[in-house]
Amino acid sequence: MVFFQNLINALQWGSFYALIALGYSMVYSILMLFNFAHGDIFMVGAYIGFGVSTALVSLAAMGAFALPGWLILVLTIIISMFLTSFVGMIVERVGYRPLRDAPRASAAITGLMIGIILETGNLALLGAERVKFPSLIETTTYDLGGVFVTNKKIMIVLVSITLSFALHQFIRRTRWGMAMRAMAFDFAVVPLMGVPLNRMAALTFALGSALAAAAGILFGVAYPVLDPYMGILIGWKAFVAAILGGRGSVVGATLAGFLLGFIEMFVPMIFPSTLRDFIAYTIVLLILVFRPHGFFGEAYSARLRL
Amino acid sequence: MSLLRVEKMTHYFGGLRAVHNYELAIEPGQVRGLIGPNGAGKTTIFNLITGIYQPTEGKIMLDGTELNGRAPHVIASLGIGRTFQNMLLWRHMTVLEHVKMARYSKLTYGLAGAFFGTARRYQQEAESEEIALRLLKMMGVEQVADQIVLNLPYGAQRRVEMARALAMEPKVLFLDEPTAGMNPEELLQMMDIIRQIHGELGMAIFLIEHRMRVVMELCQKIQTLVFGEVIAEGTPEEIQNNPKVIDAYLGKEVVQ
Repeated sequence: MVFFQNLINALQWGSFYALIALGYSMVYSILMLFNFAHGDIFMVGAYIGFGVSTALVSLAAMGAFALPGWLILVLTIIISMFLTSFVGMIVERVGYRPLRDAPRASAAITGLMIGIILETGNLALLGAERVKFPSLIETTTYDLGGVFVTNKKIMIVLVSITLSFALHQFIRRTRWGMAMRAMAFDFAVVPLMGVPLNRMAALTFALGSALAAAAGILFGVAYPVLDPYMGILIGWKAFVAAILGGRGSVVGATLAGFLLGFIEMFVPMIFPSTLRDFIAYTIVLLILVFRPHGFFGEAYSARLRL
Repeated sequence: MSLLRVEKMTHYFGGLRAVHNYELAIEPGQVRGLIGPNGAGKTTIFNLITGIYQPTEGKIMLDGTELNGRAPHVIASLGIGRTFQNMLLWRHMTVLEHVKMARYSKLTYGLAGAFFGTARRYQQEAESEEIALRLLKMMGVEQVADQIVLNLPYGAQRRVEMARALAMEPKVLFLDEPTAGMNPEELLQMMDIIRQIHGELGMAIFLIEHRMRVVMELCQKIQTLVFGEVIAEGTPEEIQNNPKVIDAYLGKEVVQ
């Protein structure tokens, strides 16, 4: 019973990690840089979701249009993903594009700085008080023979798997996705095949940020208290998942996100829970020692050639 | 009017003058060659025309359109297809995907079409697949269309690269040492392929080569580049008998 209960929780946390990891993984594979601001984009997405849902709820309360809670949630997710994708594109345009030919270390540091700017910008804008994500749907708990599952957890897992699958299809089957895959193998030759590099970079950031926003809202549904630093730790962990999944692998990042959720949830079954992250990330470290390119990554050289 | 025209193109890398007063005029359907010792600046000229570098001076016109200052992806879709000395394939993508990728700029469906799977997207993707398969057939590699490029023998990889360049429907095809690293048999096949492209598609071709035999047999007109300057230009016979060319390739004593 405890096992299945942990499994449910692992799936929920894995959903957050997977959605955020996808953004890290895409940007890393295509532009050869770690967008360390990505965890904070998750935070911004959650706040945008907070803003959108609060606005929709008060509109509904004013009687402008009476929408059921679940529809408000769906609209919140769609609108916030759209809005947050612009945040990602701005970050790319302002922070990364000018540094495209700079040493990779500079770009990594840019990410850290943008992260701090987003966190403190939020503080300046909304103050230090935590905000509460509006409760849009009632929690229903199902008792499956001693294992308790809430409708929210089911929704979180379904939404995250659906979005990962959609991204996977997008990358496999469209000209944009194909260009993204080609860029992951050879960045330099792609424009010579008629593909606009800057547009692809912007698109990559937009998609990653939209998924992070979805994760942020799902997180707000599960844990309704938001604060400006909520993205830091979860962002780092998702980054670990992205590396564990292998460079540029959508399937890998998704599976690794869930795997991380499982390790984190099952370690406390055996060891004291205060040691949870200590042991969980020791395991991850060991996996990487033996599979440095992750589960689905291939050996590559980061050298740009022409 | 020439199809591709380069006027007084000069390029500096820092203080080093890599290309000096380079002139070129390719007529429709012409096969042109560019030869010269290692480091003469041949690939630099390709990179300048295809927009990877911006020339310090000079003007480049393709079919009446000025190419100076345009981004590489724009120049590519305006009609310059290219292969590379070291091939630059996307190792883990399939043969068919390589060729379809080069159709990117010919497809017009937008992001909305991509997400919602509009009829236009499916129709365009199907059409681009059909064109890709036709080109692979022409290159004789259609039976490996679904294989990953990494697993193909070297000669087949070269053909895939050629098909990729052709898929852009270029007005001029740039080939950077198409026979580099080939054995004699592959070499002959590659020469046949180039003849076939020229014959069936009537395409203008501009090629860099090290092997004299390839250039002499394929090209109607040849330029010899030494230290970034054209020292001789003419038909294969003229080039072969030009003392400056012999000098550059074999050293002074032979001439004297």
